[in-house]
Amino acid sequence: MPAQHGPMVTGPVVMGIETSCDETGVALVRDGELLGEALSTSMDQHARYGGVVPEIAARAHVQALVPCVRSALASAGLRAADIGAIAVTAGPGLATALHVGVAAAKAYATALGVPLYGVHHLAGHLAADLVDGEPLPDPLIALIVSGGHTSLLRVGDLARDPIVHLGDTLDDAAGECFDKVARVLGLPYPGGPAVDREAVGHDRTALAFPRPLTGRTDAAYTFSFSGLKTAVARWAEAHPDTTIPPGDVIASFQEAVVDVLTAKAIRACRDHAIDDLLVVGGVAANSRLRELAAQRCADAGIRLRIPARRRCTDNGVMIASLGDLLVRSGAAPSAPDLAAMPGAFLDRAQLGLPEPALHAA
Amino acid sequence: MLVLVLALDTATAACAVALAELTESDRAPRESTAGAVPGRDEPAAPGVHVWPRGSVVTVDARRHGELLAPSMRTVLDDAGARPSDLAAVVVGAGPGPFTGLRVGMVTAAAFADALEIPVYGVCSLDGIGAATTGAVAVVTDARRREVYWACYDDGVRVGEPAVGRPAEVAAALRDRGVTGVAGPGLALYPAAFAEFTSVAVPASDGGLSAPEAGYPRPELLVGLAGADLLAGRPPHPLVPLYLRRPDATEPHAPKPVRA
Ligand SMILES: Nc1ncnc2c1ncn2[C@@H]1O[C@H](COP(=O)(O)OP(=O)(O)O)[C@@H](O)[C@H]1O
Ligand SMILES: [Mg+2]
Repeated sequence: MPAQHGPMVTGPVVMGIETSCDETGVALVRDGELLGEALSTSMDQHARYGGVVPEIAARAHVQALVPCVRSALASAGLRAADIGAIAVTAGPGLATALHVGVAAAKAYATALGVPLYGVHHLAGHLAADLVDGEPLPDPLIALIVSGGHTSLLRVGDLARDPIVHLGDTLDDAAGECFDKVARVLGLPYPGGPAVDREAVGHDRTALAFPRPLTGRTDAAYTFSFSGLKTAVARWAEAHPDTTIPPGDVIASFQEAVVDVLTAKAIRACRDHAIDDLLVVGGVAANSRLRELAAQRCADAGIRLRIPARRRCTDNGVMIASLGDLLVRSGAAPSAPDLAAMPGAFLDRAQLGLPEPALHAA
Repeated sequence: MLVLVLALDTATAACAVALAELTESDRAPRESTAGAVPGRDEPAAPGVHVWPRGSVVTVDARRHGELLAPSMRTVLDDAGARPSDLAAVVVGAGPGPFTGLRVGMVTAAAFADALEIPVYGVCSLDGIGAATTGAVAVVTDARRREVYWACYDDGVRVGEPAVGRPAEVAAALRDRGVTGVAGPGLALYPAAFAEFTSVAVPASDGGLSAPEAGYPRPELLVGLAGADLLAGRPPHPLVPLYLRRPDATEPHAPKPVRA
């Protein structure tokens, strides 16, 4: 055997599995380094229904899961036997879809005799770009904007500390608002990326759509987007013969959403005297949100971190990254009877901790 | 030749796992340790003998996802076996209620993939039907007031499994000259199947009163894949038998918004 030079501290290869919605994501991460990944989506199968059909998503996960694992392993030049730990999204998400990923993760862990970590999907979003950059600052303010969630959080040590909700949405999530308005305006599915595309180069000041919950007496960190959707629908209905270009309507709507999101996020940073803002989730892929957040953070002296666009929407890398973080921080594995938790609330990164470990934490 | 096989089935309310050894002759495998359950006195198929090495079957329709992996661990540990000792996995591919069925299918596929061993899918209803004699039908719960069903002649399935309303299924069985009905669907729709003899299928240990009696017996599934397995024939791709399309309706044009 060749002599080893210096301390060789290498952690296990962590395989992450994500199946909370319509993406089957698998990735392999070791010590913060991405070794391989694979992603399969059933998005096209849902398009004609105007939204994700849980049964279709679950059937697609069953077909895609093992092929994704093989492809991730192949891209890493590894075999299954090289995997040292498994992380899986246990919730929140579609029950039918979560069950597939959790069952597969438990099967790999049982067959390989390696520890299993159930993780919270949204905590996964927070960890999405750990493989591309520095460790996360501690503490930080996080804005999570996805199809199902919109929250402002105070995050400490992501692997260990409880996550504090500063505010959430009272009704629709930001991504849901993009998707619903896109339908109203006749844009293709999925709505968020279509709105983003159609708004490019258009006048975002053409129409003044409402900025919900931004009055002086409104809850500072709470969101509400269902009224904005109604406002756009009403405007479109009342102006069938408008000469305003559709792109201007779309850009004006998008501006209303990203204006509210960024204003409240900056306010949270200021109020808590925290100079680091992390913006994650599918809507963080929005080009105007990225632009406005960068501009406002620069003005306010806040460091902004947003994952690369492809790491904003659901993927396996974010789950493997979070699993890798948990392993490196010495977290206890989740219980072997880990269940899918479709409605899991975000108060810590790990789910399904065995009882004694939970009490010790 | 002797191979150790793990079988599992989640196509009914039972979460079923069994470990079994397969041999070509009816001679008990030499390696068999104390505690091995006696095998069937009839071969599962010509030249295929199944020697059960333990099973865990839990009837709880809502907890397949939680129970399955720990049950697999228990079955292996109790037999003093390791996952790496396994030569193949056999799984009931349905038909069955979708969420439970998927847990078993993806577990089997992932477990086998991790070990780089083949996984064979067989019809879950055969895990009941193979224990029957005569002209018998197996019926299981398909939810939505329907049953999954298949017909057997002396334990061998005749035709493909199907799904239907109990009364329509009963009529079809009458036409086929079926005399007895087995499986958990019977207790759900006793009136619809009143004209048929109720066929009791004992649990793996021979008991008729155990909660798992009448549910698919995973060690019987091993026998069904046994010939292919012993001959080294590669398995067909795993395809869950849903027998129903997903429920989904295309949306209408967006609703007009009232001012
Ligand atoms: N470029 C974009 N602009 C605005 N919204 C987007 C963009 N890309 C994706 N989205 C939205 O992100 C949401 C999906 O977020 P994601 O985190 O991938 O899924 P989930 O909500 O299931 O966790 C959808 O509502 C989608 O419309
Ligand atoms: Mg997401």
